[in-house]
Amino acid sequence: MRQHKLALCKNHFLEWVPQQTERFIRKYKMFTREEKILVAISGGKDSLSLWDILGRLGYQADGLYLGLGIDGGIDYSSGSHRMAEKFARANGLQLHVLDVRREYGRSIPELSEISYRGHGKPCAVCGLVKRHEMNRLARDLGYDVLATGHNLDDEAAVLFGNTLVWNAEYLLRQGPVLAERDGFARKVKPLCRFYEREMTAYALARGIDYIYDECPFAEGSQSIYYKEVLNQLESGRPGAKLTFYLRFLEARAGGELFKGENEQPTHLHPCTKCGQPTTALDQCSFCRMIEKSTVAEL
Amino acid sequence: MHMVECKRSEATMAVKLVLRDKEYEIRPGMTLLEALRKAGIAYESVIATRDGEMILEDEILKEGEVIKLIAVISGGAR
Repeated sequence: MRQHKLALCKNHFLEWVPQQTERFIRKYKMFTREEKILVAISGGKDSLSLWDILGRLGYQADGLYLGLGIDGGIDYSSGSHRMAEKFARANGLQLHVLDVRREYGRSIPELSEISYRGHGKPCAVCGLVKRHEMNRLARDLGYDVLATGHNLDDEAAVLFGNTLVWNAEYLLRQGPVLAERDGFARKVKPLCRFYEREMTAYALARGIDYIYDECPFAEGSQSIYYKEVLNQLESGRPGAKLTFYLRFLEARAGGELFKGENEQPTHLHPCTKCGQPTTALDQCSFCRMIEKSTVAEL
Repeated sequence: MHMVECKRSEATMAVKLVLRDKEYEIRPGMTLLEALRKAGIAYESVIATRDGEMILEDEILKEGEVIKLIAVISGGAR
């Protein structure tokens, strides 16, 4: 780990990752051992490792898997679902499963075709559905907090993208914890300070069987491009990604970013259909999309 | 097959780096970091394994070895 100037053997690395996770959970006041945590599980290395770590640390963490209906010639969703189920069974953990097609009549690629969001790629629709359904289920199922497996590379890539266009609203919202408010469940990212490389190493060293295939729609995505650019930077300047993210968090916490009007939170209203918070005056984006897909079906 | 560096003699067996469906042949005797640079692969984007065990950047790659590279980057709607 060049960014930490640290080299550990396998056993010490497997101890170090959970210890650091515990440190970040406390530092950012993510949750306590008395709270119920819902972990968003994709079947990938990060979410399964997060679930593993929280269990080892003694937290009450159940999983949530969303069946997205993505095939891409490799049966991607079925494969990832199998990995999630296998991990839950092997560790005696509870996994909630929601199949998007069964719930809303269409898979993510089908919803994407109807909604025209994302210019032919379903990633925008996928993100919208995940955010909406994870929030809804975390609240409906009575969880205190929703945890995702975002790692530092994910966070640095988002930060990089938002910085390139100076999206003040998104920049002010990004962080390890999004507090619960107005119908939004608390959202936390306990792995946000680990490099993607470290999380892969953890999954491999721990023997976690995860879906190695990339989502077929992720190829050529903006987030992967930003990660590659940041990795080039990291190659020449070890620690650059970590510094980029941590200095941003410090600046944000210190109130050094976007002083003035942007400090006012966006005004939210309950969606007239599902009741979840939205900036729209009537229905939220998710309900508008579902309504559009229902109309298209008639 | 991507031939990155020609073999110096017929008696020298190259090191093979395997990343998903791509293979790169590298001259033995380099460190892992040097070999990845030769192949144009960012060290940060992979984990290298030899016989299932992870190896570090300063490991010297020996003649005839097959090094499996595991891609670490995932993307899309996360």
